[in-house]
This record gives sequence, C-alpha cells and structure tokens, in this order.
Amino acid sequence: MPIVTRTFVKTALVYFVVALLTGMLVAARPVLELPPLVIGLTPVYFHLFMVGWVTQLIIGIAYWMFPKYRRDMPRGYDSLAWTTYALLNLGLLLRLVAEPAQTVSPAPSWGWLLALSALLQWLGGLAFVANTWPRVKER
Amino acid sequence: MPRLSAWFVRSALIHLTLGFTFGGLMLWNKGLPLHPALWRLLPAHIEFLLVGWTVQLALGVAFWILPRFYSSRGNTKPAWLAFFLINGGVWLAGMGAALGAPAPVILLGRVLEAGAALAFAIHAWPRVKPLSPEVKP
Repeated sequence: MPIVTRTFVKTALVYFVVALLTGMLVAARPVLELPPLVIGLTPVYFHLFMVGWVTQLIIGIAYWMFPKYRRDMPRGYDSLAWTTYALLNLGLLLRLVAEPAQTVSPAPSWGWLLALSALLQWLGGLAFVANTWPRVKER
Repeated sequence: MPRLSAWFVRSALIHLTLGFTFGGLMLWNKGLPLHPALWRLLPAHIEFLLVGWTVQLALGVAFWILPRFYSSRGNTKPAWLAFFLINGGVWLAGMGAALGAPAPVILLGRVLEAGAALAFAIHAWPRVKPLSPEVKP
C-alpha cells in the first residue's frame, strides 16, 4: 500500500472516530444540557463523516487500486494527491472550528474562515478529480 | 476496467465535482453571504454526493471486481439499465428539488433511483459466489 494511501486511510479512520464522537455529543446536548456551541456541530458531524471518513477513504483506495496512469507514473501526479490531502483536511479542520464558533458568536473573522474552508475543500475535490480522471480507462 | 465501470466512475467524478461546487457555494454563502437563493442547492448537494458520487462509485467498482463466470460478467443489461436509471434519478430528485419542481418530479427521480437499485441487484446477485467450486465433504 503506497504512503499516500496509508496517509489517507489512517486519517480517514481518525475522522471516523471523531465523527461518531461528535454525533454522540450532538445527541447528548438536550440530555446533558450542553452549551449552544454543540448545536453548531450538527453540520460538522455530517461532513466529518462524509468528507473526512467516507470520501477520504475512497480517495485513498482509488489512488491505490485504479488502473495505472503511465508506466513511469503509475498513480498519476503524487504532488496532486498530496495537494488533495492538504486542501481537504485543512478545509475540513477550518470548518470544524469556524462553523460552531459562528453559530454562537457571529463575527466577520469566522465568516472569512468559513469561506476559506469552502474554497480549500472545493479545490481539494478538483485536485482529486484531475488526478483520477485520466486513470479511469476502459480495457 | 470494463466500459460500464468506467462510465459509472466518470459519472461519479462529475457528480463529486458538482456536489462539492454546490456545497462550497453554500458554505461560502454561510460565511460571507452572496445570495439567499444559494440555500436551494442543499437537496442537489445531498443527492449528488450521496447517490451520484458515493453510491454510483460503489456500483462501478462492484461491476468491475465482483467474481465473474470465467471471463463473463453475466447478464450486463440490468447493470447498464441501472446506470441510466441512477443518473436520471439523481438529476430529477436533486435538481428538481433545487429548482422547485413539483413533487411528482422528485417522486419520479426517487422511483428511478429505486429502479436502479433493483436492476443492479438483479445483475449482481448471481455474481456473489465463491471464487472456486465448493468441495463437498
């Protein structure tokens, strides 16, 4: 298993645990009367699960198992794969902080961080598609 | 990768791009408001990423790697049908809801998606088998 895949899959496993713990926290809020900050975690919970766990696991496995790009570059551009990793995770972590914060205390700085998070994750998605598309080959 | 898998995966990648674009626009709009109408993209964002990306990728990879009958993948017509049904369903249910289409349009989208599931199950069912003949004791 290449190092890019190992990094994606291990990070995905961390998100899997964190996402379900976040879901637990959201469900516990009305029972334990947790602070309003926890309400802002609901969309974060969905995205930790779907982007951090599901999509990142798929990306890691696709990078490993999809048909080879070229003999000298079997898995496409490694730099693009690492760029995908950095953009997706930085964007997701920014969201993890900025979204609940904006829910309890709306401020322009949180708004800018959310916009930056959106841009980073979108670019991460595009980087993955750009590196994967040429490897989807009929045989 | 067989032709149908390539089609499923390419379509999944297109839906990933569109789903991420819708999500990115909504998240940006949450931080720095652009236009309130962007929230209408939510059903398309969900449909495109859950069904158009994740489910469709799973179908494409399953068609590729499930056990074969020697070199044949069996009856591939239901799998091709599933490809057209799932894509039609995602667009009708996702974009229909985003554009405020009447309820029957969204229902039709969901019917097509359910049909895709049934068609793919009919194709894949016989391929879920041991790799070699079972040896009786």
